Amino acid sequence: MRAKVYITPKKGILDPQGAAIERALPALGFAGVGNVRVGKYIELDLPGGEDSVDEVDKMCQNLLANPIIEDFRYELVPG
Amino acid sequence: MSALSQTKNRTVRFGIVVFPGSNCDADSYDAVGTFAAAGARYLWHKDMELDGLDCVILPGGFSYGDYLRSGAIARFSPIMKAVRRFAGDGGLVIGICNGFQILLEAGLLPGAMHRNEGLKFVCRLVNLRVENAVTPFTNKYKQGQVIRIPIAHMEGNYFVGAAGLAELEAHGQIVVRYCDPSGEVTKNANPNGSLGNVAGICNRAGNVFGLMPHPERVCDPVVGGSDGRGVFESIISSIAQARI
Repeated sequence: MRAKVYITPKKGILDPQGAAIERALPALGFAGVGNVRVGKYIELDLPGGEDSVDEVDKMCQNLLANPIIEDFRYELVPG
Repeated sequence: MSALSQTKNRTVRFGIVVFPGSNCDADSYDAVGTFAAAGARYLWHKDMELDGLDCVILPGGFSYGDYLRSGAIARFSPIMKAVRRFAGDGGLVIGICNGFQILLEAGLLPGAMHRNEGLKFVCRLVNLRVENAVTPFTNKYKQGQVIRIPIAHMEGNYFVGAAGLAELEAHGQIVVRYCDPSGEVTKNANPNGSLGNVAGICNRAGNVFGLMPHPERVCDPVVGGSDGRGVFESIISSIAQARI
């Protein structure tokens, strides 16, 4: 299986990179864009099958994301 | 690295952990060397033992290139198991800048760091107010004293949940805060957006201390100041007293 992991700053946590992008977009003519959040996207191959969910969850909790400031979600796709 | 050992015949023994990407290890080593009552030796991140040490320093730098998040990979270095054990046994551990980030990622201190509010790497002298002058790391300062110590970081924007912040405050764990020259803790004096102007915190037991400013860089007036000496003097004094 292949895991696709999405990591984003938690709601309410200041995201200075997102704010900077939000300020830059109007300069290019993209008006009205709001709530820009910058996160990370990680892909990885897993040795197991569908049952790898728990493992991916643990990876996210322990390393890929910092649950104090980041949310994560993931999907498993046939690798 | 053992060739560099100068811990023999000295009283208080510091160990300085060198991770791949540490760059303030030598500054820390030199700073310790200015105290007659102390000696330092380097520890490699693959070392498993901290035998005979009184205090472990996790120095500043960019361990593992700051990949993923600052401190996120260093936390899994073999030596961190020993550091965790050492801290659990009451040993003094100080994390400076990247070292602080590692302590947070390792869960030895509460909270997390994220990108500076202004998105810039900030490198300058800042004013700090000593909020707790009875820790093993600050007992040579006076309560409320304003000291000038440089910061140099991109991710020093401290965050912890509301409950976590209340807990830190209730137990005197906020050790230093960013302030103006008169000691007022103001928004303008906050260089990175850090919650509550937090610059350094300790654990509940008081033996693990993390701070973003670099006391080791101001231990000699020749290089811009000596306000950082108090941190090392405090450590040396508290260890010496514990031995009596």
